[in-house]
Amino acid sequence: MCLGIPGEVIEILADRPDLAKVDVSGVKRAINIGLLEGEDVAPGDWVLIHVGFALSKIDEAEARAAMEFLESIGKAYEDEMAALAASRIEE
Amino acid sequence: MRFVDEFRDAEKARALASKIAGLCAPGRRYKFMEVCGGHTHTIYKHGLEDYLPEQVQLVHGPGCPVCVIPMGRVDDAIHIARQPDVLMTSFGDMMRVPGSGGNFFDSNAEGTSIRMVYSPLDSLKLARQNPDRQVVFMAIGFETTAPSTAMTVLRAAAEGLENFSVFCNHVTIIPAIKAILDSPDLRLDGFIGPGHVSTVIGCRPYEFIAAQYGKPVVVAGFEPLDILQSIYMLMLQLHEGRSVVENQYSRVVPWQGNPVALRVINQTMQLRPYFEWRGLGFISHSALRIRDSYAAFDAEARFPVPGVRVADPKACQCGEVLKGVLKPWECKVFGTACTPETPIGTCMVSPEGACAAYYNFGRFNRQRVQEVTIG
Repeated sequence: MCLGIPGEVIEILADRPDLAKVDVSGVKRAINIGLLEGEDVAPGDWVLIHVGFALSKIDEAEARAAMEFLESIGKAYEDEMAALAASRIEE
Repeated sequence: MRFVDEFRDAEKARALASKIAGLCAPGRRYKFMEVCGGHTHTIYKHGLEDYLPEQVQLVHGPGCPVCVIPMGRVDDAIHIARQPDVLMTSFGDMMRVPGSGGNFFDSNAEGTSIRMVYSPLDSLKLARQNPDRQVVFMAIGFETTAPSTAMTVLRAAAEGLENFSVFCNHVTIIPAIKAILDSPDLRLDGFIGPGHVSTVIGCRPYEFIAAQYGKPVVVAGFEPLDILQSIYMLMLQLHEGRSVVENQYSRVVPWQGNPVALRVINQTMQLRPYFEWRGLGFISHSALRIRDSYAAFDAEARFPVPGVRVADPKACQCGEVLKGVLKPWECKVFGTACTPETPIGTCMVSPEGACAAYYNFGRFNRQRVQEVTIG
């Protein structure tokens, strides 16, 4: 739950500019980007995601390092990814 | 070293460790607290204590949000879940936290509906889909997750949802650190500051630790080298007689935090006069409740909440572990009566808990660390 998961922004949802579709290790889900208001989040950006919300923009190298770290910790990461995969926040 | 995972850049780690050793004053011992459970996880997973000179000891702090929820709040949640038509949701970590009459799974076996969700927004969606149910999100976490709850409350208000509320258990890290600093049990030389919490609150809130208590603070990232680098920065400050707040994790943590996140927390939540933390007891102004202007979304205003304080099981020493006074394996029930499969205390439930992290990864250096602790 406290894990920050890096995701790549694929698109900003047209009818909901506070939501973005992201790719996290191949899992594509909608997340909320409202906390990054004013930071011009765009496709191709990397963000650190906590419980369905992007909390900070990061660069690709940091995203890769964060993902390697997460993969190294095992079960906690698998549980977080399973929870993310089950999430459907968009209407 | 034979059980230690060789991580990327192990050579760099050894080089940092030797720089740390070079800063140790003869005969002096150094104790640093890593506040965040994510850091504890990295330390045990990679056996970082084995890289450090014996004079440098790491102490695990209270930064595991599931771990600090007292039993009484679990009972309160179950009481709310038993009200007619309630559908309760929480994060997966919360499901196995024991209350006085069992955990959420036990409660569901007796008829409640408590579901795990990934995001508070998943709860909001359940509320839209189930207009005949009262959906209650049990919110837990430090400032890392509080903005998500706040944004969800704002969204519920914007949509005019009448069947969604939050059982708010958000806690704030600064008062807990202050409680530890004021506790006579532990003498610390500095703090490895939490990474993700600081993404929200920034680095400034730690300044009192350096200014008033004279202890250095270094906000750190989660990789093994981040943590070793932070320890080196702490040692360097001590060596040079300085105590300031430094940001090792500036690639993610802005000095001023996330202003939008702070604004929405403040808009929807207010400080409680006091809140009980497991193991640390009642701490003033250490937790958040839903602000009166959003009372329609406050489960504590909508449902009866018994609020009965429940003492931890006698055998459980989570409190001492959370304060950093005991190492996990020094607890009497660690690994015997209390395991991740059948946890007695919260520190064994969450993967961020010191006991679970040590149980899963940490068998390699017990003897050495015991010598350091006792010796």
